[in-house]
Amino acid sequence: MNFNGKDIISIKDFSKAIINNILDYADDMVTYAKGEKYKDILKGKVLSSLFFEPSTRTRLSFECSMNRLGGRVIGFSDPSATSQKKGESLADTIRMADSYSDVIVIRHSQEGAARLAAEFAEVPVINAGDGAGQHPTQCLLDLFTIRTEKRKIGKNKIVLVGDLKYGRTVHSLAYALALYKADLTFVSPTNLKMPKEVIDECKDLGIEPTQTSNLERAIKDADVLYVTRIQKERFPDAEEYNKVVGSYNINNELLQNAKDDLIIMHPLPRITEIHPEVDRTSHAIYFKQAFNGVPVRMALLSLVLGGKI
Amino acid sequence: MKKELKVPLIKNGTVIDHITAGDAIKVLTILDITEKISSVVSVAMNVKSKFGKKDIVKVENRELDPKEVDKIALIAPKATINIIRNYKVAKKQRVKLPDEIVAIVKCSNPTCISNSNEPVESRFLVINKDPPEIKCYYCERVVEDISKRII
Repeated sequence: MNFNGKDIISIKDFSKAIINNILDYADDMVTYAKGEKYKDILKGKVLSSLFFEPSTRTRLSFECSMNRLGGRVIGFSDPSATSQKKGESLADTIRMADSYSDVIVIRHSQEGAARLAAEFAEVPVINAGDGAGQHPTQCLLDLFTIRTEKRKIGKNKIVLVGDLKYGRTVHSLAYALALYKADLTFVSPTNLKMPKEVIDECKDLGIEPTQTSNLERAIKDADVLYVTRIQKERFPDAEEYNKVVGSYNINNELLQNAKDDLIIMHPLPRITEIHPEVDRTSHAIYFKQAFNGVPVRMALLSLVLGGKI
Repeated sequence: MKKELKVPLIKNGTVIDHITAGDAIKVLTILDITEKISSVVSVAMNVKSKFGKKDIVKVENRELDPKEVDKIALIAPKATINIIRNYKVAKKQRVKLPDEIVAIVKCSNPTCISNSNEPVESRFLVINKDPPEIKCYYCERVVEDISKRII
């Protein structure tokens, strides 16, 4: 697998075999991600961290990953302090970052921004989320989490619940899980259903997802419950948001009928969709999932920058 | 009784045949044919043919360029383009959608980066030729209602 210099824009750019290779390499990174071992394989390399939209986990875990491997980070997390405020195009901002660094990580509010950035940059570009579009590194860490916890990705009954219309993580994830032939159930309020094109993509991969609004029934024989936040910032109007916020609440009462080894995942931040009492159960995997962002992103940075543990 | 052609012959120009019945108006729109045009334009709609009904558009003194042909392919994938010179068919071609469409369509996703003030042309991958389905290279969305998005 020669990844040196490659862009990481969309999970759809990768085959299952390549995804497996990335996940295997992320496995090797776990002890380094925990700081139990150290190798400065990215010493002398600089990462541009361009966050045009707020982020906690994605930005910190990318920066942590670069530091854990001996590299340095420059960048911003508040675009109002940059020339974008003066009307500079994204293309020009990317040209600058390209000349200052060896790899660019970008989060942007507009779909396709990372693909555009990759056109203007010589150095590899990693998409850290583009609007309601793609978030491939989140998808990879989700797959990594399922594989780590369940020892397999396919042959699991996986329930995705919440905002399936605007949630960018679930679109990429549904596609990737279909690649692994997972048994998929989509649970959402009717006005936040999974878009038809995502359903069609699953069908093209030989998977017929079940769609329902009844979480209680769906959860009964599930192996993985993937919960997403109803994202206020993605709604075109407040009225539509107010109608659906708080549609699903995962609490211990709901989980009484679940399998003992059900794992609950969430890309975080969560607001009210998972009650804090669930954190203390063995089902709660979401904080471990957030940690998994580090070994996965370490693996990706190492691969695109040509380093090797 | 002598049969008469419903649409007159043209000396020089283009005949777009086998347009899906009812879509001739869309073809006129994408060719920017409005009331201001000075040359003769004939439109025949719901003409009987071997395969059912079809529309035909004839435009005098104008030969379509490849970009215009691609635009027609997006809304009339079965159309044929006949270039007429001195009443004879000088060239006949079926429209053919290329694998990639550049700078012809605007992305239907308002928050796609290609709709911002960036120095790029819109770019789409053709995922189905008939009926035409195209996906934005940047935001990966399938374009809804293509005929309304043609630039």
